[in-house]
Amino acid sequence: MIKAVMMLNTQGKPRLAKFYDYMPVEKQQELIRGVFSVLCSRPENVSNFLEIDSLFGPFSRLVYKHYATLYFVLVFDGSENELAMLDLIQVLVETLDKCFSNVCELDIVFNYSKMHAVLDEIVFGGQVLETSSAEVIKAVEEISKLEAASNSISLVPKSVSGWRGR
Amino acid sequence: MASSNSLMDNLFQRSLEDLIKGLRLGESFFLSKSLEDIRREIKSTDLSTKSIALQKLTYLAALHGVDMSWAAFHAVEVVSSSRFSDKRIGYHAITQSFNDQTPVLLLITNQLRKDLNSSNEHEVSLALECLSRIGTDDLARDLTSEVFTLLGSSKALVKKKAIGVVLRVFDKYHDAVKVCFKRLVENLESSDPQILSAVVGVFCELTTKDPRSYLPLAPEFYKILVDSRNNWDLIKVLKIFAKLALVEPRLAKKVADPICELMRRTVGKSLLFECIRTVVSSLSDQETALKLAVAKIREFLVDDDRNLKYLGLHALSIVAPKHLWAVLENKEAVVKALSDEDPNVKLEALHLLMSMVNEDNVSEISRILMNYAIKSDPLFCNEIIASILLACSRNSYEIIVDFDWYLSLLGEMARIPHCQRGQEIGHQLIDIGTRVKDARLELVRVSRALLIDPALLGNQFLHPILSAAAWASGEFVEFSKTPYEIAEALLQPRTSLLAPSVRAIYIHSTFKVLVFSLGVYFSAQEPTSSPLFEESASSGSSPVNGITYKSISSLVNIIELGLCSLSGTLDVEVQERAKNVLGFIGMIKHKIAEKVTTQESETEASRAVAFMEDVFSEELGPVTSTAQEKVPLPHGLELKESLEDLQEICGEFLKPVVDSNSNSNSFSSSENISFSVAKLRISDQEEASSSSSSHPPESASLLAEHRKRHGLYYLSSQKSDDHNDSNGDNNNTLNEYPPANEISADSFNNKKKRNQSKPRPVVVKLDEGDELKTKPNVSSNDEPLSLAIQTALMGKGKEKEREKYNHERDLDSRIKGRSSGRENKTKKKNGEKSSKHRSRRRSDKEASAAEPVEIPDFLL
Repeated sequence: MIKAVMMLNTQGKPRLAKFYDYMPVEKQQELIRGVFSVLCSRPENVSNFLEIDSLFGPFSRLVYKHYATLYFVLVFDGSENELAMLDLIQVLVETLDKCFSNVCELDIVFNYSKMHAVLDEIVFGGQVLETSSAEVIKAVEEISKLEAASNSISLVPKSVSGWRGR
Repeated sequence: MASSNSLMDNLFQRSLEDLIKGLRLGESFFLSKSLEDIRREIKSTDLSTKSIALQKLTYLAALHGVDMSWAAFHAVEVVSSSRFSDKRIGYHAITQSFNDQTPVLLLITNQLRKDLNSSNEHEVSLALECLSRIGTDDLARDLTSEVFTLLGSSKALVKKKAIGVVLRVFDKYHDAVKVCFKRLVENLESSDPQILSAVVGVFCELTTKDPRSYLPLAPEFYKILVDSRNNWDLIKVLKIFAKLALVEPRLAKKVADPICELMRRTVGKSLLFECIRTVVSSLSDQETALKLAVAKIREFLVDDDRNLKYLGLHALSIVAPKHLWAVLENKEAVVKALSDEDPNVKLEALHLLMSMVNEDNVSEISRILMNYAIKSDPLFCNEIIASILLACSRNSYEIIVDFDWYLSLLGEMARIPHCQRGQEIGHQLIDIGTRVKDARLELVRVSRALLIDPALLGNQFLHPILSAAAWASGEFVEFSKTPYEIAEALLQPRTSLLAPSVRAIYIHSTFKVLVFSLGVYFSAQEPTSSPLFEESASSGSSPVNGITYKSISSLVNIIELGLCSLSGTLDVEVQERAKNVLGFIGMIKHKIAEKVTTQESETEASRAVAFMEDVFSEELGPVTSTAQEKVPLPHGLELKESLEDLQEICGEFLKPVVDSNSNSNSFSSSENISFSVAKLRISDQEEASSSSSSHPPESASLLAEHRKRHGLYYLSSQKSDDHNDSNGDNNNTLNEYPPANEISADSFNNKKKRNQSKPRPVVVKLDEGDELKTKPNVSSNDEPLSLAIQTALMGKGKEKEREKYNHERDLDSRIKGRSSGRENKTKKKNGEKSSKHRSRRRSDKEASAAEPVEIPDFLL
């Protein structure tokens, strides 16, 4: 099971954080800070694993990848494969790249909702359900269409009623 | 008015994007201002205003740690919106912030049910995601039938998520197994790769929790293992087999071949690693598979990719306990990895090296590691020291044969510049001193070397070591050849850098040195009983015996000189001890000279010194961590009664007493000793030594009486006569102790070749109190689930048999055949769910009564 997905920038600001077991927000922030403090001390060109028993308890593992200004972090337990999790980060980044064409940190900052749509298609309740970015993009586009449709329907009557109210 | 308010809100409401932009400007008040807005907007009657407010709040909660539990009800409102975008915001907020204790949780049951039945697959998938994250017992129970329906959905997107949600539903509501399990199992034969991935993932999770229940499904998993070309699925299936093979060894043989085939064929490193891990952790008895896996590990170890190197080392550490040869074959690579740049690789290599340690190679490995420790950065250096200390002290120094060597190693550690493990090293010095009689000579030698080095006093991480060394030098001063030098070292000016608690130990040790020297001086003509003296007397040259009037008076003088300045120090502990010694010196000083003039052997002074020697003569043994518990509770002692009133009445009086004694803890021979025991013992000594100058015989008898009365606290060191101290216990009053723990047969013991040239000295071992017991944490929660699963799988063996004959039949007819064997399928479709459940349950119960779980004949 995947326990948490995080995207942090190199200053330690979280850009996306998702914990698959319920956790109070203070605890979440503490873990994010804890992970970053270890991440930022690691040199380049070392392995992509972190020992995080002290943060997430025994048997939990963490892999991360560093892209430009962002760290992509996955925390998981013994029923996932470490290298497969690295591949999953790759899948996630590739998918984002296709969604935003040349994804950068700003895309992730301003497309909070879409980011979650992408992630939710790949990881479902902590389980990896989809690893094909084409399938993910298909689903995400449908969701975007549905959202756009529901917004455009509601906008008209609301504005009309608003004018009438005046 | 209300409507126009909401309109204003709506028109001027900040969107999430505005919020993010605002936050990026970094104004400090912006966050609190936005929260105020959100609190107002979220109460709006307009659902879209409300939902945007909720979205912003969710964002702030996730990334800025803002509490959003207060908005739970608003999330429930938003999720009921008919607009998809609102619904999504609502579900997102719920999954992020709800937990089992959220009071409004039950309000969403109907909304979830409605959305699970929706015709829009994305609405269904939102509801499924929500259920998989926050599903409680009640939600799982109430929505089981919806999940069951969705398991049969024709839309892959819905179906795979329905499969995923089953994990949560089973976990929370075990009876769901009866309803959904069969449909879940059917999907193991699905031709849709997405569905197959999902269901394999679910079974991987289920199997991890309770492997035994899923043994009957081994044939299905085996089929996937052989047929699948998808690495994700194969990894999960391998994980399943890793668990199953541990409970059913025959499976190991069966799957070894296909796994070897995968290892030879695969190019995917993740899959290859999973194969290796499966083999080393669960199939290590399969020789060919293991050999192939170890060969692949070697490829990982020499790979430039540090991830692979790290995982290779990790795999080796799994295989190490059972097949040490695999590690030994790769020893060079492991040692090389110690100097890798990557901290993970270094650490893993270190753990691996420590797993190789046995009594034959402990000195070699320690030497290698010490060399690395000197060169490494502080963090890794201390990691190395810690793991050497841990490995060597394991099970009462099980692997140490040559304690002289080990003590000098401890001494070397103290001299590593980055060393910060003083606490542990000091503890071990004392521990070995109390446990291993034969090592005391070397302990005193090592201690002396540490004490006379003024440079070590400057490093406060080393103070615990110095404290231990000072204690050992005093306690075992009879082994010292140069008491004068030790006294000098204990009184050197730089000791002012020590903490008062350590200083007190220094002074007390000085006292012991003084008493010992005086004892030797006064009894110079009498035969001594110390083994060292006999030895040195026979060899002819004895520095200790040569204590003359001159040397003893200069010893007394330096002690007097060194301590007189301390009698005015602020710390009471130091002051008191210094005064004790000075008082004793004052009493004895002028008598020293008399010795030269009078030939009388029984002077007052010699009696006083003999008495002091008696005070210090009782040997301090190790104390078990459970000693306190073994003291029977005296009748009438009320432990549970609150002492708070007492605190109020005499809180001021109590406090200083505790403070002055708290330092004495560093004196204890074991960190695990319960505090009060250590304190008691120290105060004993203090009491004895301080009062001795005035009423020696009385206090000695008091002390003896005290020890007799509290005999349980003190572990007699006579035990050391016997290695297995349970025999020794019978000789004294300690028969309350249960027999000693048998040393668990460590896998390394098999390879032990006792080094007979030098027998291992006796190590005093205590009962089970030496090792902290860890109670196995059994979660009873899974029991009913495994029962349910086993019931659901009941009769599967039979089906398999039948299928053998009918395996030409196509899938459809087989499913029909299965279901008709148990239950009428048409009933389900007509929606008579309640009756269906009841009768299914009944038939399952009958089945469970009829037959036990069978291991499939597939194995044979």
